[in-house]
Amino acid sequence: MSLNRRQFLQSSAGVVGVATVGSLSGCATQAPAVAGKKGRPKVVVVGAGFGGATCARYIKMWEPHIEVTVIEPNDKFVSCPVSNDVLAGYRKMDDITFGYNNLQGIVDSWVKDSMSAIDTEKKVITTAGGKKIPYDRVVLAGGVELLFNTVKGYDAEAQKTVMHAWKAGPQTATLRAQLEAMPDGGVFVMSVPMAPYRCPPGPYERASLVASYFQKAKPKSKIIILDGNQDIASKKGLFLAAWKKHYGHGTPAAMIDYRPNNMPSSVNAKTRVVGTEFDEVKGDVINVVPKMRAAEICGMANVRRGADGKEGPWCPVDFRTYESKFVPGVHIIGDSTLSNYPKSGSMANNMAKVCAASICEMFNGRDPVEVPVVANTCYSATTGHTAIHVAAVFRYNDKDKDGKLIPGGEMKAQTLPKGGLSTEETEIEHAYMDGWAKNVWADTLAL
Amino acid sequence: MKKTFALSVLALGLSAGLISSTFAATPDMRLRQMAANCGYCHGTDGHSRGGIPAINNLPRDYFVSQMKAFKDGSRPATVMHQHAAGYTDSEFEAFARYFATR
Repeated sequence: MSLNRRQFLQSSAGVVGVATVGSLSGCATQAPAVAGKKGRPKVVVVGAGFGGATCARYIKMWEPHIEVTVIEPNDKFVSCPVSNDVLAGYRKMDDITFGYNNLQGIVDSWVKDSMSAIDTEKKVITTAGGKKIPYDRVVLAGGVELLFNTVKGYDAEAQKTVMHAWKAGPQTATLRAQLEAMPDGGVFVMSVPMAPYRCPPGPYERASLVASYFQKAKPKSKIIILDGNQDIASKKGLFLAAWKKHYGHGTPAAMIDYRPNNMPSSVNAKTRVVGTEFDEVKGDVINVVPKMRAAEICGMANVRRGADGKEGPWCPVDFRTYESKFVPGVHIIGDSTLSNYPKSGSMANNMAKVCAASICEMFNGRDPVEVPVVANTCYSATTGHTAIHVAAVFRYNDKDKDGKLIPGGEMKAQTLPKGGLSTEETEIEHAYMDGWAKNVWADTLAL
Repeated sequence: MKKTFALSVLALGLSAGLISSTFAATPDMRLRQMAANCGYCHGTDGHSRGGIPAINNLPRDYFVSQMKAFKDGSRPATVMHQHAAGYTDSEFEAFARYFATR
């Protein structure tokens, strides 16, 4: 026998009286869309990555009566986290690729297609294949859009041979093949996009793991990192210690040549030259990751804005619901959101759960989750057998210093020992990284 | 004010658990959301697929004492001392109640 919370509230009024009053006085910015009048409430989730897949799964787990449709163009899920292992040869593409079968069995409808338009007033999505899909609430989980036009020459033709490999899939496999084909003594030129970008420590992990591969397979080779930012953005001390220990950092034999303030402004796919404001850097394999903004689907929904509501690169949301601050009924989770979060798979997975919980509550005529907490753990490999981490716990707050209401709230990073960082790289953390990957894949895809 | 409310919700969850184990099947949504935070490392509802310890079905007292030990540093850790620092003692109690019945 199981009671839902409403029955429980009715059956034990004495205990819950205080909480119910508190709950009503909290926030009631959205009129609850109570199910019943026009059938089951409909949620459409667009994109089945770490955010979207988790959101669809958890809504069905917590409120099975909600009708969930997923729109996803890809046949399979390919994990960006640990995809740098593929570049180094420590994992195969098959190890980071998963079917959607279980999730497809859980949700009410699965549409293998892309969203091509959305009418946020009539609440109807149009797919590239011409399907019309109505919704009561839509969750946009499209990740990031790569802005190739910010790098001169990075056109469709150049994109055939110059990989970004910042969305795992064929790009990852091709970059691995290019690195394997590179002769010993070759130069691998890779770039770090201007912040904010998906996976802040990702580029430095990529350099570490490619160095680890070169050391074994082609030890005379070099890596040049062209970083558009002023400094290593994440886990700096830990990465530098690893580079010193394993890859000769700070000596003439250094395998990794790190160049801050070097934003790639042009690329020549034929000559494999990357241009910056100061320099032209030739490589044998070049890997250019352009600047990013929220996914294309967020642009279609007109939720890509600045905090002021004017057009902008990311999506401002209410942190209790992940509903757009400007377009009702449209929720945005994962990398597309405007926030102080690191853009990570862990964060997308956990934002999805807050969004799912609040959608369930609102469809049941209740207030959204009152004080959401989201946690992040982000592992980076420094070699094939060592890793480091950064952890964070964010807690909702909606009052400023003077007690004035912050619309949509903010997520305050809690103060953690050692800033949430590892003390040093260890083998046990590499094992935990593997465990994290197994568990987050299973949690996201219902494996 | 907000904080007081959050605690009252958790206290409510706790008392519900004490009244009857039936209610453990439908915990408060805030608690479900907060507990779901642990899933990406420890597995959905704490059922780990390996590499990281499972945390479902642990005795409540043990769960709380270990979280406190992580938080005060008496139990050495790579990352759990940091996560523990992000939560209150009453939240540890609520987590313990949630995971004990998963």
